[in-house]
Amino acid sequence: MSTNNTVAVLGTYQTEFKTHDPDHTFAEQAQIAAAGALKDAGMTPGDVDAIVFSLAPTYFMGVADADRWSIDHIFGAGKPMLRVHTGGATGGSAVQAAYNLIRSGMYRSVLVVGAERVAETPDAQDVLNLIFDVFYERDIPLSTNTSVGLWATSYLERYGYTEVDLARVAVRARRNATKNPHAHLKGMISIEDVMASRMISTPLKLFDICPRSSGSAAMLIGNMDMAKRFCSAPAFINGVASRSTTYWIGDRMTPTSDADLTDFVIAAEAATVCFKQAGITDPLAQIQVTEFYDPYTVMTPLQLERLGFCAPGIALRLEKEGYWDVEGGAVAVNPSGGTLCTNPIAVTGLVRAIDAATQVMGRAGTMQVPGVRNAVSSAVGGIAQFYNCIVFGDQPYGH
Amino acid sequence: MSERNIEPGGVITEVVTLRYDYSLGEVAGKFMEGLKQGKILATSCSKSGLTYLPPRAYCERSFEPCDGWVEAAFEGVIEASTIIVRGFQGKRNPPVAIAYVKLDGIDSAIGNYVDDLDLSNLDVAQKKIAPGTRVKVKFGPTREGRITDFSFVCAE
Repeated sequence: MSTNNTVAVLGTYQTEFKTHDPDHTFAEQAQIAAAGALKDAGMTPGDVDAIVFSLAPTYFMGVADADRWSIDHIFGAGKPMLRVHTGGATGGSAVQAAYNLIRSGMYRSVLVVGAERVAETPDAQDVLNLIFDVFYERDIPLSTNTSVGLWATSYLERYGYTEVDLARVAVRARRNATKNPHAHLKGMISIEDVMASRMISTPLKLFDICPRSSGSAAMLIGNMDMAKRFCSAPAFINGVASRSTTYWIGDRMTPTSDADLTDFVIAAEAATVCFKQAGITDPLAQIQVTEFYDPYTVMTPLQLERLGFCAPGIALRLEKEGYWDVEGGAVAVNPSGGTLCTNPIAVTGLVRAIDAATQVMGRAGTMQVPGVRNAVSSAVGGIAQFYNCIVFGDQPYGH
Repeated sequence: MSERNIEPGGVITEVVTLRYDYSLGEVAGKFMEGLKQGKILATSCSKSGLTYLPPRAYCERSFEPCDGWVEAAFEGVIEASTIIVRGFQGKRNPPVAIAYVKLDGIDSAIGNYVDDLDLSNLDVAQKKIAPGTRVKVKFGPTREGRITDFSFVCAE
């Protein structure tokens, strides 16, 4: 293969995530991540050709289009910079945009950076209700929680599972997060704890749902020349794909639908393309770590099934048997604890990518899974309207 | 309200109030007028044969303008449902049930409240509105041209 097509992760950084960060402003958070990633890669701002800013809705933090606020802080003045926004999929889309900029030959290196402070407003559910159509949907109590409630009800009904089956996903995620110094929620919890947590929108209870997190993250991506200069063991971005689908969730439910919501068709379609690029023909045999975007318990089994780690409808049965455990499982599913434990929306997809890339680089610290050759990350935005997945490998794979 | 707590690590509070004047457009306007008359109007495309609720100006499958209007039946089937227990202000007080329903003869599902449902036991109530359940449309006593002019009730 031509090394001109090779795109590599050279350095990463993420802060600790928590509900509030009263010690920094938004722009200062972004700066911490940008400086951290540069230091991790051994690079200076002069080594960065362009910047992709990972920024989802700014209603949460209350400063419109805060990418502008951050330009100086992230050493962006004088450089080309663009903002990417696909809702919760933003961070994954930002990595894809940076990948494309390097692969095109336009730039040698791109800094992907962003920050989030979801809890800056106490009115988050009102903000999330604003993403719905004002004429037909906003008068009913739709939000991400309640939409995924609709989705989860259908999934459990279709495959004959119960809330207890979903609860095991949360138990594993919180346990995994105990090894993640950046995670927001972590600790040993039981199925009973999940079942006893307060009901939000049937079948989803509080512990089935991610927290609102503040923090920041950054990733430096470069071509092969930059990799040779700055990183002895980079993670290679071997596959990247995205899909979007209709705004109308009611268009994704009926017999004449193009893309069934319950079975998350866009995830399967994106993964097929991504895996083909990366030479993944048998995900369970070739991929050792997943870092799925899973702000709700139901989204973990859905992605395991749709990405081909198991057949449709059996991921929760395999969850019970420990198939997705870090130790002793068939694949380590979200060793970071995933989005269930930490959700800084604007950078969550970026954090998933960082947590997957660092596993391949052998730099995941206390979360490190031994012998990782390939890892997959994903990001989901809107009401499952945007899907992005990325395969990182320890060797470049040409496509 | 504006509060200032300015020591290091402090917080400044502001309340932002914004007004928006949303243009309905031709299609949504006709739909809302229909609601006032007690009708649920869908658009249809003769080329694809598909019928849309909420109504669309354009058929996204045939890439042609929707060229017809049809009245949706007042019966249909639940495709997805949930009972919202917490987390909302400014709408109806929880708990409330909502569902996406494919009305007979329509190709897409539309969301609304499910009324006349006993929500005292969530498990029982959720089973009563499980996907596949038949429901009827029920218009309220006052119709003002908004989606909540009607709701769904279980058919039996």
